[in-house]
Amino acid sequence: MAYSEKVIDHYENPRNVGSFDKNDPSVVTGMVGAPACGDVMKLQLKIDEQGIIEDAKFKTYGCGSAIASSSLVTEWVKGKTIEEAQAIKNTDIAEELALPPVKIHCSILAEDAIKAALDEYKTKHEK
Amino acid sequence: MNYFELFSLSPSFELDTALLSERYRELQRAVHPDKFANASEQDKRLAVQHTAQVNDGYNTLKHPISRAEHMLSLKGIDLSHESTTVKDTMFLMQQMEWREALEEINDSDDPDEAIEHLHQSFGEYRREIMALLAQKIDSDEASVLEQAADLVRKLKFMDKLQAELERAEDALF
Repeated sequence: MAYSEKVIDHYENPRNVGSFDKNDPSVVTGMVGAPACGDVMKLQLKIDEQGIIEDAKFKTYGCGSAIASSSLVTEWVKGKTIEEAQAIKNTDIAEELALPPVKIHCSILAEDAIKAALDEYKTKHEK
Repeated sequence: MNYFELFSLSPSFELDTALLSERYRELQRAVHPDKFANASEQDKRLAVQHTAQVNDGYNTLKHPISRAEHMLSLKGIDLSHESTTVKDTMFLMQQMEWREALEEINDSDDPDEAIEHLHQSFGEYRREIMALLAQKIDSDEASVLEQAADLVRKLKFMDKLQAELERAEDALF
């Protein structure tokens, strides 16, 4: 199976790899895993007081498509509002990266990572 | 197709694998296409189909993960690994830590010791999950079966870790 050029680009030069200090109150973390392949993804968002995503970082253990999907969403979410980030669909990710059907679960993982991080944001701010 | 019935075994997660192998050999002999060399075309075709079924059944029941998946599917639970994500944060943090430990094997002072340590940790955790799974999977309650499905998903992560560990081990030599 051949990877698309975009996948290879993100895989070789992943954007925003790393972690934020999880004790920073503006940081939320989304952790998700894909049982199909055992991939694990951690996505952290730094969200300012206006509810704008200032910055994003990820750490993913998985195949090229999983790494590319998470790298791509860190680029996409920056500068977005919570609502805009919430609207990102796995199909957008899969289309942008030209993922083959067997790798669609990687884009689902990335979408769910955003959702998990935003869920934590909502729980934090309900209090 | 109920593979437990095919092999005349009671549908249990804690399967007697020696008995399974014995039944497999018996069935294989009974349906071997060579036996049907002089049979009609239709019987030959059936024998080939039957052989494939017996092989599939054996492979499914032999491995704990596919055995559990088969048991759950017989109870109407579809695991749909492709579209399900695991969100248990504690579990995933542990997975991340183990992945990091795997990455650090090469830089460690004593890689053999590090590998041995991970083998033990993975083995212990796997046994815990398997024991829980054996308890839950015989249930007929949907909520308990969902928990069993979750444990099967976790086993898949442990399989992946185990494979990565073996790869790291091979890379040392």
